[in-house]
Amino acid sequence: MSLNIPLEKYTGSIRETIIGGSNKAVKIGGESVLAFHKFEGNIPNKPLVALGVCDIKPTDWAEAAIEPFKDCLDNPTAWAKKCVEEYGADVVCIELLGTDPNGENKGPEEAAEVVKGISENINVPLIIYGSGKSEKDTAVLKKVAEACQGKNVLIGASKEDNYRSVGAACLGYKHSVIAETPIDVNLAKQLNILLNNLGLPMENIVIDPSTGALGYGIEYTYSVIERDRLAALTQSDEKMQVPIICNLGKDSWKTKESKISQEEMPSYGDVKKRGIMWEAVGAMSLFVAGANVVVMRHPEAAKLVKTVIEELL
Amino acid sequence: MGLSGIEIFKKLPKKNCKECGVPTCLAFAMQLAQGKAELSLCPYVTDEVAAELSEASAPPIRTVTIGVGDNALKIGGETVMFRHDKTFENPVGFAILISDSMSEGEVDDKIKQFNETSFERVGLNLRPDLLALKSEANDTNKYASLVKKVAEQTEGNIILISESKEMMEAGLNCCKEKKPLLYAVTSNGGSDIAGLAKENGCPLAVKGANLEETAQITERLVKEGFKDLVIDSGARNIKQLLEDQIKIRRAALKGKYRPLGFPTITFPNEMTNDSMKEAMYAAIMVAKYAGIIVLSGFDAPRIFPLLVQRLNIYTDPQRPMVMEQKIYELNTPSKNSPVIVTTNFSLTYFIVSGEVEGSKVPTWLCIMDTEGLSTLTAWSAGKFVPDLIAAYIKKIGIADKVEHRKIIIPGYLAQIKGELEDELNNEWEVIVGPREAGDLPTFLQRIA
Ligand code: B12
Ligand code: SF4
Repeated sequence: MSLNIPLEKYTGSIRETIIGGSNKAVKIGGESVLAFHKFEGNIPNKPLVALGVCDIKPTDWAEAAIEPFKDCLDNPTAWAKKCVEEYGADVVCIELLGTDPNGENKGPEEAAEVVKGISENINVPLIIYGSGKSEKDTAVLKKVAEACQGKNVLIGASKEDNYRSVGAACLGYKHSVIAETPIDVNLAKQLNILLNNLGLPMENIVIDPSTGALGYGIEYTYSVIERDRLAALTQSDEKMQVPIICNLGKDSWKTKESKISQEEMPSYGDVKKRGIMWEAVGAMSLFVAGANVVVMRHPEAAKLVKTVIEELL
Repeated sequence: MGLSGIEIFKKLPKKNCKECGVPTCLAFAMQLAQGKAELSLCPYVTDEVAAELSEASAPPIRTVTIGVGDNALKIGGETVMFRHDKTFENPVGFAILISDSMSEGEVDDKIKQFNETSFERVGLNLRPDLLALKSEANDTNKYASLVKKVAEQTEGNIILISESKEMMEAGLNCCKEKKPLLYAVTSNGGSDIAGLAKENGCPLAVKGANLEETAQITERLVKEGFKDLVIDSGARNIKQLLEDQIKIRRAALKGKYRPLGFPTITFPNEMTNDSMKEAMYAAIMVAKYAGIIVLSGFDAPRIFPLLVQRLNIYTDPQRPMVMEQKIYELNTPSKNSPVIVTTNFSLTYFIVSGEVEGSKVPTWLCIMDTEGLSTLTAWSAGKFVPDLIAAYIKKIGIADKVEHRKIIIPGYLAQIKGELEDELNNEWEVIVGPREAGDLPTFLQRIA
């Protein structure tokens, strides 16, 4: 019996989305095979790790995630600069947690100021997430889109209940949009179609499938990403042929397993290393499933994952 | 599986004698094809046909058992490429490497790591599975005493690693009854080791320089009558290893290529000196198809996330993990602490309990059995609805634990407030909590 490995029959490929305007712009997507299946096709752009920055000092993260930035948590611009200059971030993701109506409830202008400050001081591409509260995001993301005019950023999340306004803002100011749906292929496809019908080219849409951290539903995200990729690549579903982004860091560092001290839970071992591994193992799983961008928090976890991605390509 | 009822029927004796318990040979064939009957029920099939049918109906990837009894590890037996198609069957085994050239202290430390690695989650005990014992000192006594020590001091399953028959025999003599995995037969050696595996009824590992060579070796061994094989494609860099794992599973499942229809063994421990990177390689192997992953150590910060990742990847996508229906006491609650209620979907539980624990507010968390559905799904399915919730609240005895009569429900179920109060005979005030668990800490701190 001679060795005969059946190849996957790919009939489609993922569109390329460009983020950023300067010479440091990055491309995501473009692949015509499943994740890291380089032996049977083309993967022109490597999957990216984005480092997260918040507009306010986060209150619910593990100590270890805060520590690398403890000198700049009150200053988002300095924080973002540190991500780039010290930790070599290819992309920075700003999360406007401060705009959360149940939290500090900062206004759209204030949020736009923060984003503007960062965008003028670093030269890597930007991803911007609102608070995730749809109604508020409608107002916040519109201002943010305006403030970033000409920078070609990736803005999200647009959801079923606010895609019109978020999508329109991205279209108007020439940005790309993140389309977020709750762990479901059909819902993802539907939202892509709706955004596309608004006039946004498919090249400017990126799927956020909703991300659970390791131990907190990551298996749902993992499988929906695999299904999304199969739909796009082997079933030629054009409306699914866009890159995928997962915002993992924020949930990973909130988990009990990343936070609880070794004193309280001796069998869990060193809390810092544990948190880093929790985030890195989660991110690696998502990349193996087919994510194009994963937003992470800890520079060491990010670096680890980046090194392994290099080796895989 | 493969064979249809008709194909099987062609090979049956066609006596229609009913001795198998069904009226005709055809009916029997249909039952066989559906896996509802055993071939041995027909007294008239020849041995030849029996062998042929069992070969043709054998699963595309063999299930191999390492060890004996309740603790034995089963690997392989997988039938799909993607977990959304059907649950991955047999969780990958984690092995810790111990060498006979390590110092006494180091060996003791590894054994301790193996024995003490254990994490409680969703009512399960997450544990590693194997100890891989490598002969490097070229000293039969040393190897034998290592194997003996491990066999005595742990309940783990064993992998014996050596290319020399002498060493293997010395090791095997100390743990025969544990049916260890013998690693490995290569293209230019190890036939003695294969002999030992055969004599002692142990599973056998094969190591090729690449996929092709690996397949050649297994093909040869299968001809010699070996069935329980575990394969190592020889790759020691992650790119090649991942490629091989994907190709092996594809060849077995889609190409029905028998020589690669076996579970695999992988060695992240040999691929880097960086312990964190080693764990990354392992994470890739958990997702993509390894049967066994050998690691240099089980320090908690590395093995804990991997054990949870394995649990996540190997859960049944159709049947969610559930929590026991009971009252969970978070942050040591008292008679005045708030009471919240939600479903027993493990994900819902983890998210909600995680937020509450993070808030440090002492809280009673009442988990109701909704067959593992999330709040909204359970509500839609009629399993988390006012009359059932009320009955549960009355039954679970939370009224004896608190002095107040206020119960907090998930924000997404705001509409059931009135009806739930009625069902509770207005003895409880129902408070609508926030929609997202992420907003629970602020909410609880405010009302506490
Ligand atoms: C995965 C999923 C499924 C899976 C089930 C997975 C599971 N174990 O439950 C499957 C495919 C089986 C399924 C089936 C169905 N589903 Co469904 N499903 C979903 C989906 C995509 C995600 C659910 C999930 O896992 N959420 C994550 C968990 C953690 O969320 P959660 O339990 O609600 O907990 C959160 C909050 O409620 C809060 N919280 C939880 N507890 C508490 C307690 C307190 C006190 C507080 C304050 C907060 C709080 O914290 C958590 C995190 O923030 C949702 C979409 C969505 N947006 O949610 C639809 C969804 C829930 N399903 C829906 C429906 C209609 C159904 C079906 C009836 C579909 C059908 N027609 O057949 C069936 C019913 C099931 C049955 N057996 O008959 C609808 C419900 C509509 C509605 N608004 O009521 C939804 C919203 C989808 C939609 N938009 O239509 N579903
Ligand atoms: S026992 Fe065998 S020969 Fe008799 S009816 Fe059944 S299958 Fe046919």
